[in-house]
Amino acid sequence: MTSNGTHIRLQMVSDPTYLSGARELVSAVSRRLGFSEEGSGQIALAVDEALCNIIRHGYDRRRDRPIWLSLNPVHDEQNRAQGVTIVLEDEARQVDPEQIRSRDLDEVRPGGLGVHIIREVMDEVRYERRPGAAGGMKLTMTKRITQPAPAGETGPGPCARGGA
Amino acid sequence: MPEETMRVVTQTEGGTVTIAPEGDVDLARSPTLRAALRQALAAKPQRLVVDLTGVDYMDSSGVATLVEALQTARRGSTRLVLCAMKERVRSIFEIARLDGVFTIVDSREKAATA
Repeated sequence: MTSNGTHIRLQMVSDPTYLSGARELVSAVSRRLGFSEEGSGQIALAVDEALCNIIRHGYDRRRDRPIWLSLNPVHDEQNRAQGVTIVLEDEARQVDPEQIRSRDLDEVRPGGLGVHIIREVMDEVRYERRPGAAGGMKLTMTKRITQPAPAGETGPGPCARGGA
Repeated sequence: MPEETMRVVTQTEGGTVTIAPEGDVDLARSPTLRAALRQALAAKPQRLVVDLTGVDYMDSSGVATLVEALQTARRGSTRLVLCAMKERVRSIFEIARLDGVFTIVDSREKAATA
């Protein structure tokens, strides 16, 4: 699987008001790339949870800090859409990527579910520190199309160049 | 941007309080649901029903709000029941392995006796 490069790059502030817009964008584009309703909903959920973690833990709920969301389709050698990679970057305080883990779900308590949900619904998840003076973290997550949407529910997609 | 609110309808009938949030429950809106749940639980009703008919989407902040309410309800001997949960919302409870922790029923009618 290879990436076509970044097709969408969005800058937003760390204000929860805009979570719904980010979810709708990611969900709608994922549907067009060939994900089922369930799959696109899971991608939107993962993006929501990741944004929430940045806002709450990275920026301590400050509402005016930058977050960048990039969306990159991935395709096979025949240029058929195979999935999507989403990248979230911020300028929040850096943490050791090894320390970003799911918590024990046997303990019933509020909070701490975001990382577990992201790892559960996405196929590949990687946290790393962003290089450069501004600091921050970078989360790269990929989901592959396993159950395509029914015919007629997707567009030609960015990978089907030369189509109608 | 100011704090975002959502519509939450609260009804009291006998010892049962029913709370019906309307709209997506995410980090922007879960504080409104939390406030409504806290207010309802402060009166220590026999039963608190959360009717999720109007909720198409919930993230982990909404789930955390309901977990917090469940813990408060148990301390006050209030029975907390969730009803009319849509499949998309139920899936996050399943991913978080909380679908067996809450009492979840199909309808408000069933919630009255669950």
